[in-house]
Amino acid sequence: MSHTPQPDAPAAASAVAEPPAPVLPPAFHADRVGVSIGPATLVEDVSIDVAHGELVALVGPNGAGKSTLLSVLAGDRAPSSGAVAFDNRDVRDWTPGDLARRRAVLAQDNQVAFPFRVWEVVEMGRAPWQGHPEADDDEEAIAQALTTCDVAHLTERTFTSLSGGERARVSLARVLAQRTRAVLLDEPTAALDLKHQEDVLRVARSLAHDGVAVAVVLHDLSLAAAYADHVAVMERGRLAALGSPADVLTSALIERVYGLPVHVLDGPDGTPLVLPRR
Amino acid sequence: MASAMEAPVEVPGRASERASVSRRRLRSGLLFGALAVLLVAGVIASAGVGQLTVSVTEVIGALLRGIGIDTPWAPASEITYEALWQIRFPRVAMSLLVGAALAVAGAVMQAVFGNPLAEPGVVGVSSGAALGAALGIVSGGVLAGVVGTASMAFIGGVGATLLVYVMARAGGRTEVVTLLLTGIAVNAFAGAGLALVIFVGDSAAREQIVFWQLGSLNGSRWNEVAVVAVFAVASSAIAFALARRYDLLALGERTAGHLGLRVERLRIVSIILVAVLTGAAVAFAGIISFVGLVVPHAVRMVLGPAHKLLLTGSLLGGAVLLVWADLFARTAVTGAELPIGLLTSLIGGPFFFYLLRRARSRQGGWA
Repeated sequence: MSHTPQPDAPAAASAVAEPPAPVLPPAFHADRVGVSIGPATLVEDVSIDVAHGELVALVGPNGAGKSTLLSVLAGDRAPSSGAVAFDNRDVRDWTPGDLARRRAVLAQDNQVAFPFRVWEVVEMGRAPWQGHPEADDDEEAIAQALTTCDVAHLTERTFTSLSGGERARVSLARVLAQRTRAVLLDEPTAALDLKHQEDVLRVARSLAHDGVAVAVVLHDLSLAAAYADHVAVMERGRLAALGSPADVLTSALIERVYGLPVHVLDGPDGTPLVLPRR
Repeated sequence: MASAMEAPVEVPGRASERASVSRRRLRSGLLFGALAVLLVAGVIASAGVGQLTVSVTEVIGALLRGIGIDTPWAPASEITYEALWQIRFPRVAMSLLVGAALAVAGAVMQAVFGNPLAEPGVVGVSSGAALGAALGIVSGGVLAGVVGTASMAFIGGVGATLLVYVMARAGGRTEVVTLLLTGIAVNAFAGAGLALVIFVGDSAAREQIVFWQLGSLNGSRWNEVAVVAVFAVASSAIAFALARRYDLLALGERTAGHLGLRVERLRIVSIILVAVLTGAAVAFAGIISFVGLVVPHAVRMVLGPAHKLLLTGSLLGGAVLLVWADLFARTAVTGAELPIGLLTSLIGGPFFFYLLRRARSRQGGWA
């Protein structure tokens, strides 16, 4: 189940030698980022870092700007104000190929226009490495990603014939097969059952453990609390809070942001559990 | 952890993957074998059958003699030899080229629009070309000649392609509805333009326009074949080089971009390819619709959507389809020639209807 970063990643090797995670520079460094479309402000004045080896969860109500922020981090969209640095360079200055070998993105909506087989879809995740020495690992990377996402039994099915949850997992496998040092996941758990939700977050967790910078948009606050190092709560385009789950996920903040009274309980494993007051 | 990494990863998916790889190889082998046989048979049949019937051996002998190899099979009569090389062979070559170009254009267009219903004829590229050709015919002078008409058709086709591209895209995807509505708009506009041109033109020009529109490979000459060949071969070669990128495009433009693809650049290059391929095909042959729709779709059903195989299969399939369609068009009615464009539309129309119905039931709507 462990994920292997590309050979240029020093984290896995050094982590074995000295248990406390080495201090790595932030992969993503967003500085006072704002996004406006016409009169609408989608994201305003957001500063956030996602370090290598760190799992950051972006949470917040619908329309709070989580996906927009993620697309700015991914380099899809130029911020109207502020800037995003990725690996110490403006994310918009990277060439698409170099960027694709360093960060992978799972979009919210994953469709495939023609009936490609699952194997072929996951193989597309290897496209950025074509013509590079890492291309020798293609087969192994694909096989590992398929197993990790529990879709190895689907390789011969066409993507278009899969259920929503299966599509989501195959798409995640494609992202893992890309083997990048940074990963952005937009609601990877949206269509998944209980077990696969946990599986996906566990995969994200183990990526972070191997030194990958991971940012995940989530709706389930308890899930975010259980797996994330840091939780960023977005509220109408702004960052309402950013910090460790225990610090951030308080009933007062959640009630304010979501407009819904909640209980925040101490879970049996010590992580906060968020339940609506019914 | 490191040692676990080096051990070959054996997952359940691998075995079935391997089994189906050999199954798919068999299937693609069969298809390509069948296409090759049909192609050779079609070329020989089309060259041999007609008002002057030439035997199979004579056709082969004439072909070999033409490229400098003398065999006892070469036709005894000089008239037969000349008829084959002056009339039949260029026509066969033109049918192969036009069929291949149209089918490859269809496959590329479908890849770019991410939609199996995109086809140069359906979205109005061919009618744009027809308008161009009609303008050339009516204007008289240089433009009324074969080369002038072909150039005008080419320009009309390219213009219509660019227009459709600009109008039909929204948010990186093209919905079926938008595509078809754009096609209706372009077709309507080009149709009106065509009607106006016919209204203005004299009766000789009218007749020429009507027959150009029906599509025909009659009277193809080697210099025309050469012009079409240059465009068709160059564009197809570029399309093949882009095959793997077209696969990524199926993920949608955003995800394709995340995988390092320069989507905008690829799309513009591809649209130009489609315009050039279609323009070259219709320039001399007139409107031959639905080849670009039917052929890639049939190939996709057998070989799957991966574009390397799809483009190869489409190229061969298009050539096979047109060489046989042209043979049929020439010989079905004694003493007359059916327009080949009419034939392909006769097959393609119902097929398009079937595709529409299927797309609708699959996707639960017209998206």
